[in-house]
Amino acid sequence: MRDHGADDGWLDRAFLALADPVRRGIIARLSRGPATVNELAEPFSITKQAVSKHIQVLEQAGLVTRTRDAQRRPVHLAPAELERLTGWIDRYRLIHEQQYRSLDAVLEASVGDDTAAHHPKEKES
Amino acid sequence: MSNPVIVTAPEGLPFIDIEREFDAPVAAVFRAHREPELVKQWLGPNGYEMDIAEWDFTTHGAYRYVHHDPQGGAWGFHGTFHSVRENEFAVQTFEFEGVPDVVAVETIAFEDLGGGRSRVRIHSTYPSVEARDGMVQSGMEGGLTEGFERLDALVAEGASA
Repeated sequence: MRDHGADDGWLDRAFLALADPVRRGIIARLSRGPATVNELAEPFSITKQAVSKHIQVLEQAGLVTRTRDAQRRPVHLAPAELERLTGWIDRYRLIHEQQYRSLDAVLEASVGDDTAAHHPKEKES
Repeated sequence: MSNPVIVTAPEGLPFIDIEREFDAPVAAVFRAHREPELVKQWLGPNGYEMDIAEWDFTTHGAYRYVHHDPQGGAWGFHGTFHSVRENEFAVQTFEFEGVPDVVAVETIAFEDLGGGRSRVRIHSTYPSVEARDGMVQSGMEGGLTEGFERLDALVAEGASA
């Protein structure tokens, strides 16, 4: 099992990358095999540059890789990385991640109470 | 960026370790574990309603709660608080009612890091590796987060493309 504590931003980047429908379309296309930027741009009514930008985001999130195949530079899916999103340990970790962010919010909200008044109840037990 | 959660689930051993730092004093973090009105604001996955039937975070206390997921599923959990020491330590049992009689023993260490910061370390011990993996997995089945809904949409797109 892996410990993802060190790369906290990874899940954020991955989900941010997948939040966009064009990028999901690109991932869906790549799940059938590697493709060039031109091939990936085809089904979308956006410029090649825009598609390149989307690929860059996916690349930075670690979800796709590009190889040097002469001039073609095809884009490949990084299945291991996608699998990391679905592994139980990641779900487990993600839930704790969210849960503790909620706890952060609770703690932030309670800072005011702590300084404003003392809770006598807290002195016991 | 918030503080990262460190989860360690060693291969072949029935443990899970969770570690997380907070930009808040240890007393505030402990209180957020003790007061049920606070607990229900953070414990469990996003978007779940938490019904607390019992929450007595004291030595020999007990708890039971039900998480309601947005799809209408209900996930019950209960256990006892074996020992609780304020701002310091707790040992509790944890049972997911979907897998009855498989009980984990969890220690929670509350640490003062100084400067108004603190750390929580949870060590969960399950009866077996299978129980650890199975219980966590079944407990997570209903745990579709926004992120995983996106991933599901992605997988669906891939299937129909």
